[in-house]
Amino acid sequence: MNPLKNFLFQLQEISLLIWRAFAGLFRRPRYIGETIRQMDLIGVGSLPIVLLTGFFTGGVLILQTYPTLAYYGGQSEAGRAVATSLIRELGPVLSALMVSGRIGSAISAELGSMVVSQQIDAMRALGTDPIRKLVAPRMIALIFMLPLLTVAADIFGIIGGSVVASVIFNQETNVFITSVRAGITAEDIIGGIIKPLFFGLIIGSISCYKGLSTTGGTVGVGRSTTNAVVLASIWVIVFDFFISKGLQTVLDIGRI
Amino acid sequence: MLSSELEQPEVIDAETELAATADIQEAVDEPDRILPAIEFRDVHLSFDDLKILNGVSFTVRRGETKIILGRSGGGKSTTIRLILGLLKPDSGQILVDGEDITHYTEQEMMRVRQKMGMVFQEGALFDSLSVYENVAYRLHEQGVDEETVEKEVRRMLRFVDLEEAIDKMPSELSGGMRRRVGIARALVGDPTIVMFDEPTAGLDPPTARTICELAIKLRDLEDVSSIFVTHEMNNLEYLSSEYATVNDSGEVVYEMEGKYLCLINTEVIMFRDGKIIFSGKDEQLKKTEDPYIRKFIRGKSD
Repeated sequence: MNPLKNFLFQLQEISLLIWRAFAGLFRRPRYIGETIRQMDLIGVGSLPIVLLTGFFTGGVLILQTYPTLAYYGGQSEAGRAVATSLIRELGPVLSALMVSGRIGSAISAELGSMVVSQQIDAMRALGTDPIRKLVAPRMIALIFMLPLLTVAADIFGIIGGSVVASVIFNQETNVFITSVRAGITAEDIIGGIIKPLFFGLIIGSISCYKGLSTTGGTVGVGRSTTNAVVLASIWVIVFDFFISKGLQTVLDIGRI
Repeated sequence: MLSSELEQPEVIDAETELAATADIQEAVDEPDRILPAIEFRDVHLSFDDLKILNGVSFTVRRGETKIILGRSGGGKSTTIRLILGLLKPDSGQILVDGEDITHYTEQEMMRVRQKMGMVFQEGALFDSLSVYENVAYRLHEQGVDEETVEKEVRRMLRFVDLEEAIDKMPSELSGGMRRRVGIARALVGDPTIVMFDEPTAGLDPPTARTICELAIKLRDLEDVSSIFVTHEMNNLEYLSSEYATVNDSGEVVYEMEGKYLCLINTEVIMFRDGKIIFSGKDEQLKKTEDPYIRKFIRGKSD
């Protein structure tokens, strides 16, 4: 299969997977317990790494931008700089990348090994649709939990920034917080929550598709896990650009 | 008096009518049994350029065990996957209980799969679930109450003689035990068709024998139609020459055919390169002149 044909084929399969997962939500049996379990695994489980990432990203942003701002005499705007970049861009993207590394790989490895050990076939033979039982709960959990994780990362990023500003650059915390509050708008926050909804869908659909299309035994599981993480990360970054552009138009943010 | 005389025949009429309905019921039941459990009509399937099945036709009668022989990659497991609807044929028809399932959607297949049980090669147990949860899987999915589930799970585990392993995890079981749990899981809900995909591959002879005994027991005591895919000749020997019966003290015993009866409910088909090259009884198989089959049954399948 040539690369273009292969790409279109995969796009079609992923779209069908998303369609089947969501179409199945309106029929019985519903796997609410499984969805909550996945939310716990994906959301609560990823909280520590996302918080750490957020905290240090906020910190390093201040560390790098404060001297430049001070050069122009704009150090009181440090909070605005970190909050805007975190809430608009870095919070959603970095959380999505961390989650695609941790959860995307776990999902494709789990589904992939279920495929090679015939557990998926067994599930179908026992009258359960694996898309409804396995794929839908994971996608729903990702779509719900990623925005929450992003908000947590944003908050910890701002805390990290304020800690660095006060400890290293001796800036008063209330100056920093005032600048944060002046800098961000409701549109920023809404945009920052809309993005991870899409990222959750991208990570969920790509890793489930890669897992379920595993062939070639245990080597195949390794291959599809790697592919899932790489593809999900790339598409998160690519989509981030287009979603940002779309949000700018719709919500009228970040325009000159 | 007159009225009672008039009424009398009417009552008799109603009774005879009732009896007649019962008769028809019986009569209808019988043709039902003649309807094959599984039927393949000129089924073709290929993956890319590789022909897996090339015009395969066969039937499995009700209560019959069909042993499918053939080398690895000869289309044996594919046949089973087609019956379950896990794959779709390129052309031809597949019928289950007279119902054409060839073009059924996944949703429609779910209903058909309710009457089928499948034993996978390595058991294919769900790693994350205990033996109890594995066997109970189908019932849990149907939302059956826990008391009934436990009773059913214990009954099935007793059938495969593994009740003591009920709380274990699949990783704690040996290969043979895992397959027996797989059989128990397949039998929940009393399916009328059971398929075995090389259930004895890689097992020691006594354990393999136990698995075959379970298949014989299903065939002779539970009236289950089955497909038994294998490439091991001793499986064929057990399945086509022994039958299960219950002795005076209520125990299941296995006896050789010959003196009292000759088994007619077990037939063999043999695949080669996606085609059926033999179909018939085991005695016919042993007498065949075909050099490929002769090599195969002597254990030199090349």
